[in-house]
Amino acid sequence: MKAFLKYREVWLLAAIVVLIGLISMRFPGFANPANLRQVFNDTSILMILALGQMVVILTRSIDLSMASNLCFTGMVVAMLNAAHPAIPIPLLIVVALLVGLVLGAINGLLVWRLNIPSIVVTLGTLTIYRGATFVISGGAWVNADQMSPDFIGLQRAAFLGIPVLSWIAILVIALFFLLMTRTALGRSIYAIGVNPTASIYAGIDVGRTKFIVFCISGMAAGLCGYLWISRYVIASVEVANGYELNIIAACVIGGISIAGGIGSVGGAVLGALFLGIISNALPVINISPFWQMAISGSAIILAVVLNARGERRQGRIILKKAEAA
Amino acid sequence: MSFLKKLMVTAAFSAAIFVNAAYAENVKIALVVKSLGNGFFDAANKGAEEAAKELGDVDIIYTGPTKATAEAQIEVINSLIAQKVNAIAISANDADALVPALKKAMDRGITVISWDSGVAPEGRQLHLNPSDTNLIGETIIKLAADYLPEGGDVAILSASSTATNQNAWIEAAKKVLPEKFPKINLVATVYGDDDSAKSTDEAKGLLKSYPNLKAIIAPTTVGVVAAAQVVTDQGLIGKVNVTGLALPSEFKKFIDNGASQAVALWNPIDLGYSAVYLAHDLAVKKEEAKPGATLSIGRVGKVTLDDTNSAAMAPPFKFDKSNIEEFSKIY
Repeated sequence: MKAFLKYREVWLLAAIVVLIGLISMRFPGFANPANLRQVFNDTSILMILALGQMVVILTRSIDLSMASNLCFTGMVVAMLNAAHPAIPIPLLIVVALLVGLVLGAINGLLVWRLNIPSIVVTLGTLTIYRGATFVISGGAWVNADQMSPDFIGLQRAAFLGIPVLSWIAILVIALFFLLMTRTALGRSIYAIGVNPTASIYAGIDVGRTKFIVFCISGMAAGLCGYLWISRYVIASVEVANGYELNIIAACVIGGISIAGGIGSVGGAVLGALFLGIISNALPVINISPFWQMAISGSAIILAVVLNARGERRQGRIILKKAEAA
Repeated sequence: MSFLKKLMVTAAFSAAIFVNAAYAENVKIALVVKSLGNGFFDAANKGAEEAAKELGDVDIIYTGPTKATAEAQIEVINSLIAQKVNAIAISANDADALVPALKKAMDRGITVISWDSGVAPEGRQLHLNPSDTNLIGETIIKLAADYLPEGGDVAILSASSTATNQNAWIEAAKKVLPEKFPKINLVATVYGDDDSAKSTDEAKGLLKSYPNLKAIIAPTTVGVVAAAQVVTDQGLIGKVNVTGLALPSEFKKFIDNGASQAVALWNPIDLGYSAVYLAHDLAVKKEEAKPGATLSIGRVGKVTLDDTNSAAMAPPFKFDKSNIEEFSKIY
């Protein structure tokens, strides 16, 4: 199983290398390390969101509310920063994590306690959270001018030549890697996705675990709320509108099965990078804007088709002898 | 999204009904915008309220969809028709798609005008351009050219590739380039869809593709902020000048830090104010909108309609280091 997963990621990595190669043919500067570092930095937010979404999808659920959660949390921290510039940024990040956690916990509670399918719950909260953003802000924007220099500057500061934003992404990737491979929770998440019934018999509390994964995705969205706003220096109700689809696309491209149970941290990161490279490259290779969307869409479908082929499960023959007889 | 939108629209209208029950004789003018939660339109609403106060007998219904699409605006228009407003003044998300809905409104005796972003002539009685299309086209190039005495490469970062107003300005800009600005070389036009993330990607793409780029011209308030932030982040202040159309309050930071020398915009407050005056002229004073007619727009002055029943308000106003501080407090 593990060897198989690695195999899939190797293929995705190869696809990314080919993609970079193709882009370099039209735009030679693309493959140089400085540019690739920038692409990684540009993709950091999507990677964190895709990791949050991954743990949810692994348990056969889905979180459609992440982009709205990001928008709401981003507005909260931006308004806090505008009103009280003295609040230190690390504290604001903690606030972002907490607000995101609360919004994620609401999803989780509805899924756990009321047993509503996650797609329905999060479709509802997708609208509610964005509407709530409208309510708290009164529709007004928070502009670059109202944000403190630290608020905007933190993620841009360089540490060992790499921006803090990239370091945050690397840290989050490491945390998710530990979570998925070294903890009982990580194993439970996989177990629930592979076979929820068997998980109950194995003593895993399926509802509670689902609650926890929604808390995790909520925190990821909350963190990205701050990162997004300080990156694009404008907080409005339109922030990340429709972005939930990019997050899910990154997961699917990364080989995370929508049916649950299959997927890895590496896959989610590579899936996000794949999309990040496309959105970074399309503007520089001089393709008509009318074609750009069609191209990103085709890349998604192609990746999914390839993954689906590898994922098709063969029925297991348990009585080989009997069949032969 | 749709449910919330309906809820908000319903709430706005129920509020409007209650108000109008008390002042039944008041004229209801609906100011329909591309999307709610946009600083530009909030400022226009301020002007509309000011006009309403001056006119005395007007109630403003400030409304619009939460997402800037034509479909969503049609729903809003249909609800306004059901509410029997006296006039609709709309900034359209699509010039043609709204025509049937607005025709229906006119058939019911509702005065329909468009402002800011226009509707095709058969869907409205008159259109108020914030400024003259050719003048805007020339201004956005001039803003870049003024700081490039030697000339050089410039690129345009627009909103969506189908936006009515941006496309007209870019067309006009291209027309004046060869004769008036021979040293300015327009190398590309890209589209950021009025989305911060996409505009950022496109601005970065421009800087990569054209290392000799001297200026990015973004005739859209979202794109211009994204481009200025990219120039700031990449340490290109002083090398690449970002200019275009920007709201002073959103853009002040980038005039201050030098990423931009100057930007321009018309006054959205005056625009909302004038739109309400024109709607009032037609709906209450029963003035006729026909080519050549001159209509009053209160303190802003008068406008004359051209042969498509369009009028232009004023030339774009320039913001630079000397006045950005003052205007950023207003809008």
